[in-house]
Amino acid sequence: MLYSPAQLHIPDGFLSIVVSLIFWLITIVMIGLAISKTNKTLGEKQIPLMGVMAAFIFAAQMLNFPVAGGTSGHFLGGALAAIVLGPWAGILVMTSVVGVQALLFQDGGLLVMGANIFNMGILTAAIGFGLYRMVIDRNKGTRLAVAGIGAWIATMAAALITALQLWVSGTSRLEIVIPAMLGVHVFIGFGEALITVAALAFIEQTRPDLLTPEKSTTSGGARLDYCRSFRFSDGCTDISTGFW
Amino acid sequence: MAVLISPLASGNPDGLERVAEDLGFLGTGLDAPYQILPDYTIPFLGETAISTILAGIVGAGVLLGLLILIGRNLRRANGV
Repeated sequence: MLYSPAQLHIPDGFLSIVVSLIFWLITIVMIGLAISKTNKTLGEKQIPLMGVMAAFIFAAQMLNFPVAGGTSGHFLGGALAAIVLGPWAGILVMTSVVGVQALLFQDGGLLVMGANIFNMGILTAAIGFGLYRMVIDRNKGTRLAVAGIGAWIATMAAALITALQLWVSGTSRLEIVIPAMLGVHVFIGFGEALITVAALAFIEQTRPDLLTPEKSTTSGGARLDYCRSFRFSDGCTDISTGFW
Repeated sequence: MAVLISPLASGNPDGLERVAEDLGFLGTGLDAPYQILPDYTIPFLGETAISTILAGIVGAGVLLGLLILIGRNLRRANGV
């Protein structure tokens, strides 16, 4: 079966103008925040890593995997990007991926691009990173497990927000669209979790320094190192502000 | 690597597309006002495997370059 990947993201027309504009606004604010945060914090080795991560997520998103009932799903990548790069650089990577998909590949509408970036890039990054940073001190197994769970929850959250957007837009009825979207994405979330865990395990195996860079011998433990590696002065507390 | 096997991707409608079809609002989607590399293919190569692979390489390459450019600018703005 030789198929090219079909349309994957929300096209223009699914969401109302008001909903589209609201999510563009939220997304623009978040991108602005992401730029100002990374502007002060971007480390030398994060730059090529951002590029490689964007290329990987783009390529991985092209691979639709079949799930139950003649439906397919594809990788989102927001949780993975945020865990590897930190939430703000992760958001910039996801914004670029979704932007290039819409502008160059006509995948996802232009008016709804803000919603696509928010659903697949910002929300997933916040959830994935938020959960992962809680277990950053733990052993590898726990971290990978939580990364997988985070990826699954992030996928469900993206499906839920998309369902709500469709409902508020008057495209579909709430009691129909929510179970439909969540039902399909239960399985897609498993795929998301698998790819996220596999990619993280691969990075831990080959380049563990990328996940805990600039390890300090003084004090603070892995968690602070992880947070400091994104150059936030007071560790993870600062990273999470703006998300919750 | 992923790009090379991308033509093997499932052609089944994806999660959102499937729901839109089932709930009868797929038709409300609008086509893009223009097309550059529609449906992850290079137009003059048609919908073939090689076309999808090339489109994937173009996309991955564009993103690699774009992010390194963004990253460098963000770093330089820092004066480091």
